[in-house]
Amino acid sequence: MHQEVIPHLFRTEFRKITTVLCKHFGIGHIETAEDIASDTFLAALNTWTYKGIPENPTAWLYTVAKHKAANYRNRTKSFQEKGGSLFPADPSYQPDLDLSAENIQDSQLQMLFAICHPSIPVESQIGLALRILCGFGIDEIANAFLSNKETINKRLFRAKEKLRLEQVRIELPSETDIEKRLQTVLTTLYLLFNEGYYSESQSSVLREDLCHEAMRLTQLLTENKRTDLPPVNALLALMCFHSSRFPARKNAQGEMILYQDQDETQWDYSLIAKGAYYLQQASRGDTLSPYHLEASIAYWHTLKADTTEKWESILQLYNKLLQLAYSPIAALNRTYALSKANSKEEAIREAEKLQLTGNPYYFSLLGELYKDIDPHKARHNFEQALALAKTQTDKQLIAQNLLKLNANCS
Amino acid sequence: MEEYVLVMRNEDGKKLASPEQMQIWMKQTMDWIGGIAAQNKFVSGTGLPFDDARVVHSNNIVTNGPFGDIKETIGGFITVRAESVDEAVEFAKGCPVLQGEGNSVEVRRVASR
Repeated sequence: MHQEVIPHLFRTEFRKITTVLCKHFGIGHIETAEDIASDTFLAALNTWTYKGIPENPTAWLYTVAKHKAANYRNRTKSFQEKGGSLFPADPSYQPDLDLSAENIQDSQLQMLFAICHPSIPVESQIGLALRILCGFGIDEIANAFLSNKETINKRLFRAKEKLRLEQVRIELPSETDIEKRLQTVLTTLYLLFNEGYYSESQSSVLREDLCHEAMRLTQLLTENKRTDLPPVNALLALMCFHSSRFPARKNAQGEMILYQDQDETQWDYSLIAKGAYYLQQASRGDTLSPYHLEASIAYWHTLKADTTEKWESILQLYNKLLQLAYSPIAALNRTYALSKANSKEEAIREAEKLQLTGNPYYFSLLGELYKDIDPHKARHNFEQALALAKTQTDKQLIAQNLLKLNANCS
Repeated sequence: MEEYVLVMRNEDGKKLASPEQMQIWMKQTMDWIGGIAAQNKFVSGTGLPFDDARVVHSNNIVTNGPFGDIKETIGGFITVRAESVDEAVEFAKGCPVLQGEGNSVEVRRVASR
């Protein structure tokens, strides 16, 4: 049989099987869940390679996973009968692994809250989410974080230990807790998306995958009545607007193309429409989260033309955002918007007050603002930016600015 | 780092500016606050609209608004973080309310808890 395996079938099914197994055995058994899921795929690899791919690969995998889960349970049962205790006595416990679509979806949502638990650091939350909820391999996670396998393994191990010790429950938080817990979940998803969007990882496929996964998990939250809240919709809108530019932001050599140089006919307008829909959904009620403001700013950036209305709106949105949630990057972007809406002179005065002297983007901004006013100062600032820049992309962009500046001077 | 309240006072609330002028002030005030927030020095703030304003006097007589018998009215206030009163004063100097003659911004340190 020459049947093609569905792209990402293993990754997709790994995350489903692992999540359901975690829910089945409890938070203390994440490693067991990963092992059983991995064994299942090993069995598929060893069987399908020689006998051909079965008619219904997913059903095949589920049958094997169920079988392995039952075996594991029987093995540990005899251990329990000898006085050991592995599983809490839970009256709702189902002896069979439930791999129905409904239980997969519920388990994923509950596991998302369990993993995004405030007791573990956010980079561990992102790592665990990638592993358990997205089905990424350790080497893929290491690649995304520009780290190595040992570091990631250690990080994930410590996180799993912590979740076990904290006896985190795999369930949706109570009505009173859900908004607070949701904040942590949204922060993690936001960072997961950014990890993909701004990653220095060489693999562009991997980078886009991270963004898609962040969007998929955020969408999962919108599909449940209890978590379909305005900030969730606002975050999803933000992600849609940003990813609409994916096709246009890299050239054939993989180099970054700045917003103003992008060919907007390459933007994905169906994603922009989707973003507008979720932004509308986010406007129900009177919640105004930082995601609402960021999504609105991202919406204005989907209109390429430089209009007064556009930059004045963006400036006021940044003014509000900074009052709600300060960040250096928002302060810098606000100052850029100020130069567009008011004047470069005013923006320079405001920029000098920020004194973010350890931040390469601070000097890049000053360089940009001085470009037409004082080329000497502009060059000085770009040089300082270059000295502070950490990533290859940033260094490349700053170097281009210096080149242009020199060309204009001579 | 201490917190200071900047209280914006208008000399005469009755002297109403044109809608166009008010819109310009509004934008300037938003930009002023945004500039403080961009330095991570903004704590909180609110405007004080004149509708539904009342003044309760010592004999429990209630009058509408602070207009008429009180010369200065408070237009709003913001709380900022500052290293010293001098830094808070620098923030206050940028307040657009000061463009109106006779207007003032009062800078007061918030008593630490």
